Amino acid sequence: MSDELLKIDNLVKSFDGNTILDGVSLSVKKSEVVVIIGPSGCGKSTLLRCINALEPIQSGSITLDGEVIERNSKTLPALRQRIGMVFQSYDLFPHLSVLDNIVLAPCKVQKRNRDEAKQEAMALLERVGLSEKAKSYPRELSGGQKQRVAIVRALCMHPEILLFDEVTAALDPEMVREVLDVMLDLAKQGRTMLIVTHEMQFARAIADRIIFLDNGKIVEEAKPDEFFDNPKTERAKQFLNMFEFDSVKARDGLDK
Amino acid sequence: MDGEVIMSYLPLYGEAALLTVKLGVIGIVFAIIVGLFCSMIQYYKVPVVRRIVSVYIEISRNTPLLVQLFFIFYGLPRLGIPTDAETCGIAGLAFLGGSYMAEAFRSGLESVDKIQTESAYSLGMNRLQTMRYVILPQAMSVSIPAFVANVIFLLKETSVFSAISLMDLMFTAKDLMGMDHNTVECLFLLVSFYLLILLPISIVGTVVERRMRRAGFGN
Repeated sequence: MSDELLKIDNLVKSFDGNTILDGVSLSVKKSEVVVIIGPSGCGKSTLLRCINALEPIQSGSITLDGEVIERNSKTLPALRQRIGMVFQSYDLFPHLSVLDNIVLAPCKVQKRNRDEAKQEAMALLERVGLSEKAKSYPRELSGGQKQRVAIVRALCMHPEILLFDEVTAALDPEMVREVLDVMLDLAKQGRTMLIVTHEMQFARAIADRIIFLDNGKIVEEAKPDEFFDNPKTERAKQFLNMFEFDSVKARDGLDK
Repeated sequence: MDGEVIMSYLPLYGEAALLTVKLGVIGIVFAIIVGLFCSMIQYYKVPVVRRIVSVYIEISRNTPLLVQLFFIFYGLPRLGIPTDAETCGIAGLAFLGGSYMAEAFRSGLESVDKIQTESAYSLGMNRLQTMRYVILPQAMSVSIPAFVANVIFLLKETSVFSAISLMDLMFTAKDLMGMDHNTVECLFLLVSFYLLILLPISIVGTVVERRMRRAGFGN
C-alpha cells in the first residue's frame, strides 16, 4: 500500500526491565484518523513518544513515508518537522507571547519569512477563535486556550501527521469541548491524525479506526461503531464497561 | 579627616579603581565563559568530561582565591609558563568565578521543565536551537539573582590582588598608609571607592530581578 504514511513494525520498548510496548505493529494512511484507547499504563502515550523518537526503542522500526525515524540520526530534526505533536501538559514556551510561540520554529527551523509566518499564524489563531490573544503570554491563558495554541503551533509547521497525547486529560470539563471541536475541524479538513484519548464519545465521532491497546499489545482493532457496539475481546468489553453506569434506583428498587 | 589629603589622594585611588574594575570585568567575563561551558557539560551529562568538571568545581570552590593566585603566580613560571601579575589576577578570578557561575547557570538550566525540551524537539529544533531559543532564556531568568551575587562577590575578591603586587585599591590604600600614616583618610577612600563600584551593580541587579519577577518568570 503506497498511501501508508506512518508505519510501525513490531515495536518493542522496555524500561528498567518492564516491557511497555510488546511488538506493536500499526500503520496510518494519509487522511486517516486513528484513535488509540486503553487503560492507563498500557503504553499509549509511550507509543506516541516513540514515534517522535522522544524515547529510545529496543527493537522494531518506525517509518514516515518510507524514512526511518531513529534517535540520534542526522535526519531526525527534519523528520520531526513533518510530525506535529501536542502534549498532555501545557508545553507552550512561557517566555514567549502566543504569536512568538507559534512562529519560533517556522522562522528559526524552516527559515521562513517572519511576516509570512505571522500572517499564517494569525489566520490559524482566528480559526480556533484566539486571534485576540496573539500578544498574550501563556500564563494569561486558560488551559483550553493553551491547548488550542499548542495545536496551532504544531499546524504552523505544516506537518503531514498530527499526534495528540491525551490533550484534554489535564483540562477542566468545561474546556474539553473547545479543544475537541478544534480537532474535529482538523479531521474534516482531511488531516492525518493519531490520537490518544480517554474521551470515548469523541473517539467514536472522530475515528476512522479504533485501536485498543492493553499491556503493550494491540488487543483489538476495528471501525468505531463495531468496536463500541460489539467489542470482540473480553478485555475490550471490560474496559468499555468502566464507562457505563447502571441506575442504582432502578436496579435495587429503592425509589418509592 | 583632612580634605586636602583626600583630594591629593583621589587621582591615585582613581587609577587603582580603574585597575580593579578592569581586572574584575575581564576576569568575570572569563568566569562566565568557563561557567557556561561547565554548566552545559553537566546539563548534557557529557561522559568523562563531566567528572573533570566536577573535580574542578570542588577544587575551585573549596580553596581560597589567595591560594589559587599564589599557585598561578609562583607555580606557572616554574613550569616554564611566563606570567605577569595582571594575567594571573584575571586567571585566578576566572578559575574561582567559573565554578560559582557554573553552579548558578546549572540551577537555572535544571529549573526548566523537560517538557520544554521535548516540545522544542517535536517542532524540529535541534539541540543548539532548543538551548538558544527555549532553554537558555528561561534558565537565565532563574539564574539572575545568583549571577548578580557572584559578580559582586568576585569584584570584592579582587582585593586580594594586592598580594601579587597589583596596584589595585587595596594595594594603594596599604601603600599610602605605610608612607604617610593618614590612616583615616586612606580607609575612608578605600571604603568609598568599593561602594562606588559595587552599589550601582547591586541596585541594577535588584531592579532586573524585580522586572523578571513581574514578567512572571520562574513560576
